[in-house]
Formats: sequence, C-alpha cells, structure tokens
Amino acid sequence: MTLELAANQGVAPNLDQVEASPFAVRGMTVSYGQKPVVFSVDMTVSEGSMTAIIGPNGAGKSTLLKAALGIVKPLSGRVMIFGKPLKGQRNRIAYVPQRASVDWDFPTRVIDVVLMGLHRELGLLRRVRQHHVDKARDCLDRVGMADFANRQIGQLSGGQQQRVFLARALAQGADLYLLDEPFAGVDAATEKAIIDVLKGLKAEGKTVVAVHHDLSTVSEYFDRVFMINTRRIAEGSVAEAFTAENLDKTYGGRLATAHVDQLDLAAG
Amino acid sequence: MSGAEFVPLSLTPLLIGMFAAVACALPGNFLVLRRQALIGDAISHVVLPGIVVAFLITGTVAAWPMMFGAAGASVVAVALIEAIRRLGKIEPGAAMGVTFTSMFAGGVLLLEQSDTSSVHLDVEHALYGNLESLIWLDAVGWESLWDPVALAGLPDELIRIALTLIGVVAFTWIMWRPLKLSTFDEGFARTLGVRTGVIGFALVIVAAIAAVAAFDAVGSIIVIAMFICPPAAARLMTNRLEVQIAWSVVFALVSAVLGYVFAGFGPMWFGANNAVSAAGMIATVSGVILVLAALFGPCRSRTGAPVE
Repeated sequence: MTLELAANQGVAPNLDQVEASPFAVRGMTVSYGQKPVVFSVDMTVSEGSMTAIIGPNGAGKSTLLKAALGIVKPLSGRVMIFGKPLKGQRNRIAYVPQRASVDWDFPTRVIDVVLMGLHRELGLLRRVRQHHVDKARDCLDRVGMADFANRQIGQLSGGQQQRVFLARALAQGADLYLLDEPFAGVDAATEKAIIDVLKGLKAEGKTVVAVHHDLSTVSEYFDRVFMINTRRIAEGSVAEAFTAENLDKTYGGRLATAHVDQLDLAAG
Repeated sequence: MSGAEFVPLSLTPLLIGMFAAVACALPGNFLVLRRQALIGDAISHVVLPGIVVAFLITGTVAAWPMMFGAAGASVVAVALIEAIRRLGKIEPGAAMGVTFTSMFAGGVLLLEQSDTSSVHLDVEHALYGNLESLIWLDAVGWESLWDPVALAGLPDELIRIALTLIGVVAFTWIMWRPLKLSTFDEGFARTLGVRTGVIGFALVIVAAIAAVAAFDAVGSIIVIAMFICPPAAARLMTNRLEVQIAWSVVFALVSAVLGYVFAGFGPMWFGANNAVSAAGMIATVSGVILVLAALFGPCRSRTGAPVE
C-alpha cells in the first residue's frame, strides 16, 4: 500500500482532528444487500466550512449522511459530532432530507412542518405557544416563504417544498446543517434563496455539509469538497481537491471531457 | 321508543358499536397515511386461528384466553409477514395478503374440524359478530344507569371495548407528535432521536388490541371497515391531520349509529319482517360515507400536483 493510499483510507483516526471537527466519520461501511454502498469511509468536516459531498449516482453520498445520523444502520463506523458521540449532540444538528423522501400529500400545513423543527423543544405534550409560531414564521421568512404559512404542503412547487424543509432545519437552531441534495429539481429563484441562507449560516460560523449534484456550481457555492464513490476519493478545499484527476477517479471516466473543461477546476 | 325498551335492548349494542368504531378509526388514520391500511385487515383475519386455538386449549370462550390467543396469532402473523418479506424479497402488501388469507383459512379449517357446537364460536360469529345479542337485561330504563346492581350486569364486551377505547385515545393523545412526525418524515424524525421503529411497532400493537377487542364484540367485517373507511373519508374532507382525526371520529360514530338503526328498522320500512346484521350495516354505511366523501369531499382532488 502506498503512502497516499494509506492516507486516503485513513484507518487510524487522528484524534485532534476528530475533537475539533463538528462532523467526523471514521471507518463507515454501509450495505443494503451484498455489496457495500459505502466502504470504510473517513470524513472530517472543519468548523465553519461549507462542504459539498459529490460523486456519481449510487456512490453512497446520501447513505453516508443517513448512516452518520443513524437513519440507516451501518455495518461499522463511528461518528463524532463536535468531538462527542451523536446521542447527546442531536440538538446541535439540523438535517434536510431529500424532498422526494416524504409524501407531500400528507395532510398538514407549511407552518406545521416548520414547527416540527421545534420537536425537541416541544416534547410530547408541551403546548405550541405564540413564540413558537413566531419563530417558525421567522424561519419561513428567511427562506422567502412567509406568505405560504397556512398552505397545505401538497400545493407547493418543488422549490417551495425544498425551502419549507430548509425553514424547518433553521427552526432547529443547530450548529451543523446536513442537507441531502438541497438543489435537486428546484427553480433558479429557490436555488438562489437557499444558497443565500446557507452562506448566511456560514457567516454566523455554522457548519454546512450538502450532498451536491451540480459540478458547475461547486466552486461558486462551497469552499470544501468531499468526493466519494463507495470509498472516499478525495477531501479538501475546493482549491486543492476539486481537480480533473480526482473527478476522473470519482466518476470513473464517466464525465465527458468537454464537460470537465467547462468546470472551474483547481489546477491539479 | 321508551327508555324501558331502548336501554336494555339497544343502548349497549349501540355503545359497543360506537366505541369499537372509534377505537379502530383512530389508529386507522395513521395506518392509512402510512400505506399500511391492510394491517388492520390482516390483524382482523389472523385473530380467528388464535381464538380457535385458545378455545381448543382452554375449552372455554372466556375473554382472557381469547385475547391471549388473538394476541399470540397477531405476533405470529407479524413475524410471518416480516419473514416472507425478507426471505422472499417481495413487497409488504403481498406478504400481508399471503399471511392473513392463509391464517384465516387455517382458522376456518380448525373451526370446522373441532367440536365448537357447545359454544358460540363459528365462522358467522367471527365475520359479523353478535352485536344485537349484547343486551343489558338488568336494565329497566334510563334510571338503571345510576343503579349499581343493574350496572354490574353490563355485558363484559362493553367494559372491554370501553377500556380499549380509553387506551387508544390515550396513546393517540400522548404519542401524537412522534406519531405525526414519524408518519410524515421518518428520516428526519430519527435525526431528532425519535425511535421510529418503536413508534411504528406500538401503532401496530395498538391497532391489534383495538381489532381484537372489537372483533370480540362485533366481528371482523366492522373492524376492517372501520380501520379504513372513516379515516379515508376524513382525509377527503380536510388537509389537516388534526381535523382529519376529528372527522374520522364523527364518521365512525355516524356509521355505528345509522348502521345500527338501519339494520334494526330499515327492513321494516321496506315491508320486510326481519332485521339484518348490524355489523354488516355499519360497515355498509361507512362505505357509503366514503363514496359520498370521494364524490363531494372538499379536498378530494389530488393535491400532489403543484398549484402555481
């Protein structure tokens, strides 16, 4: 095994890194059937950064997030949130699932969905008070959806649904935001609204990690990338890691050269 | 109708029908939204072999052995469904269909082969219960509601279904937020630390308890109908889960009352002499309500399509 490979596999956890990181994954392996979807992946997100998780379809991007959050059960692996196990740190995390993962015909209103972000505050039986509703409205306002508070969620467009999900995450008041494909299938106005909110979070010192599909916006939106194709391919600042060589390794030559040429790549 | 006639003959069957309908409709709301409505159907079928086996072992039709038998059969059924789904790698609906029809058929076979002639246990009873026979003979009129001696003679089925209803209401009330959250967005619920697996299992258990208690009094037809028809009709009336629950309770109560009245007196209006099965009529009324809601309900259009 070459030195570089050993570094990429990252078997030995670097404790200092893990302690300092809002989101550190070590040795994560997940399998839905025979073949692993995510294999022995390490990831170390630095505080206050905006990280894009990129890779081809079926490369385990979403699964990595879900396994790290305990939504799916990994075969092995550890996750540290701000240097501590997930269990006591849930209130510091906000998660935005893929829009298509829920039934938008569900009988509920926009404001009710945002109030779900206050679940840990409300508990089982505490009453929803005016200040809770005000907070939820404020979060809707931040994503430009204040006028839709009383709409049934099924009446929203895809982009509006995505913004409601983001508002719910904002209501959680977290320090670490994990988003699964927040820009998938949304209109340009929504994309702009979402990225503005995410950059605002970064400016507040929050940490943002998003599964991202659109390679053409990586360098514009994010400052770090994490490239995965079942295994970790590369991790680092956009300037260092977002190179043609790493993309080639990640996508296995499936990206057309012409397409790669148009990307704002770091010199690799 | 005077109290002297109504209270002993009609009050208790009516109350049992209403309680059973609401006890099934409440968890039915979540089962329908989770696309698990068939679970109610499955449970109401699989309790039959459980009850027959319990009878064969104990030789009585006392309530507790029946309940344990039914609960045991439900657990076996859930395990079988999971096993078929995982080992056969087929979709859950098919696994449920295979399991509950096989177990129900097994129950019918057992029933036919064994000597149950001495007790009130037969396929007819299992299907549409004996609501009309659950009368309160100790009552003489409305004043009996304050008479401890008469109250002691209330049918056991009424007590059991009332306790079940209290349990179902308490469960829905206390677990409201986790239930709603894990039904709408399971992944998000888990990131909040909500034990969605436990919630889903608890919901099925509560549905099973409601089904068994209702089955005991009113048979499986009513159970299947009440798990699905009132919630499905209620969904077409509103776009809010809180309001949907209220509508489902209203529809369940209306079905129970109208069904009971139509079964008892409807045939006479048409010149016939005999009353028809109350359980069958209650289920029919709930079906008619669903049809009306599907035709005229304000929220019946598919809401999935975005309105720009």
